[in-house]
Amino acid sequence: MPQLEQIAATYGSQVFWLLLTFGFVFFVVGRGMVPKIERTVEDRNARIAADLRAAEEARAQADRTEEGYRARLTESRAETGRVIALAKDLAAQATAARVRAVDEETAVRTAEAESQIADARRAALADVDAVAADAARDLVIRLAGVDVPPAVAEQAVRSVARG
Amino acid sequence: MHQFEIEGLFPLFELGGQQIAFTNSALWMVLTAATLALFMYGGMKRQLVPTRWQAAVEGVTGFISGMALNNIGPEGRRFVPYLFSIFMFILIANLLGMAPTGVVGLHPFTVTSHLTVTGVLAVLSFAIVLVVGFARHGFHFFSLFIPHGTPALLMPLMFFIELFSFLVRPFSLGLRLFVAMTAGHILMKVLAGFVINGINAGPGIAAIVSIPSFFLMVGITLLELLVSAIQAYVFALLTSLYINDAVNLH
Repeated sequence: MPQLEQIAATYGSQVFWLLLTFGFVFFVVGRGMVPKIERTVEDRNARIAADLRAAEEARAQADRTEEGYRARLTESRAETGRVIALAKDLAAQATAARVRAVDEETAVRTAEAESQIADARRAALADVDAVAADAARDLVIRLAGVDVPPAVAEQAVRSVARG
Repeated sequence: MHQFEIEGLFPLFELGGQQIAFTNSALWMVLTAATLALFMYGGMKRQLVPTRWQAAVEGVTGFISGMALNNIGPEGRRFVPYLFSIFMFILIANLLGMAPTGVVGLHPFTVTSHLTVTGVLAVLSFAIVLVVGFARHGFHFFSLFIPHGTPALLMPLMFFIELFSFLVRPFSLGLRLFVAMTAGHILMKVLAGFVINGINAGPGIAAIVSIPSFFLMVGITLLELLVSAIQAYVFALLTSLYINDAVNLH
């Protein structure tokens, strides 16, 4: 086995080169490069964790916003209902007031009209008396040939009509 | 056995009576370090959204830091550079030793099939355990050798058993990797020899010996790739467990 046969002759150079190469590996690779690579990995992991945390926070914020939105929506609906009820109330009151006003006006105008009708009837009745008196004078002139003064004719007509 | 031989490519200098040469073993160690550095360099873009390469590099570092955190606890972060270096160095050395570069004449050399290499790595791990253990706990570190609930009568005996099992750790750590890689490569070599020799012995023998051996060798090769990863994992895992002993005692 050459490893054992040559050991006495070669251990010096074997150990020398091993220490040289392994020393290079340890100091340059092990202590120089490995920590940097590990830091890269750690930085990445930290960044991923931070990003996840930020995403979680953003989601919580979104949840809160939505909750607020929903609360405002509910509030707005209630407000709308109140406003509608108020509007209905006001409209009903306005309607009632107008109906009342129109009723009053109608009553006033009905009363006026009735008094006008009464006046007209009175006037008409008076006219009827005058016409009847004229007709009576004419009849008297033609039948009896007597000219009766209008006042007497009127008196006679009135007494006959109301008699 | 030729594959385990160290060949000096060119000599460099002498150090304490030992000839330091640039050998084929040194070449594959340098290739291992260069491959690892290249692999890691591809993961240094540090983008927020990783490329595939970056994701691969981050997967490996995440795997090792996960192992350190699980086995050692929050303090394991300090040992991630060492655990990562040892895991990746062994893994890439194992895999490069399996590289099919022999097809173009460059015979691969498995650095981790050498006891000197695995031994040094095991001693490094053990030294870290000792330094961390004594630095953190002082002589209280010896309480590691007395499990909780040991009757007073058994304490001396338990102390020596635990001490012995503790001292065996570097040997088992180094030998395990060395033996696993060596045995696997020898097995592949033997099966490859069956295939070649069977073909040379004529069509009848080739049908009986070479073809089954070939299929078996395909399976063994895949198994050996698996072993390459598993041994690197085992080495890093045991190192992390030993460091855990040193950091947290029990």
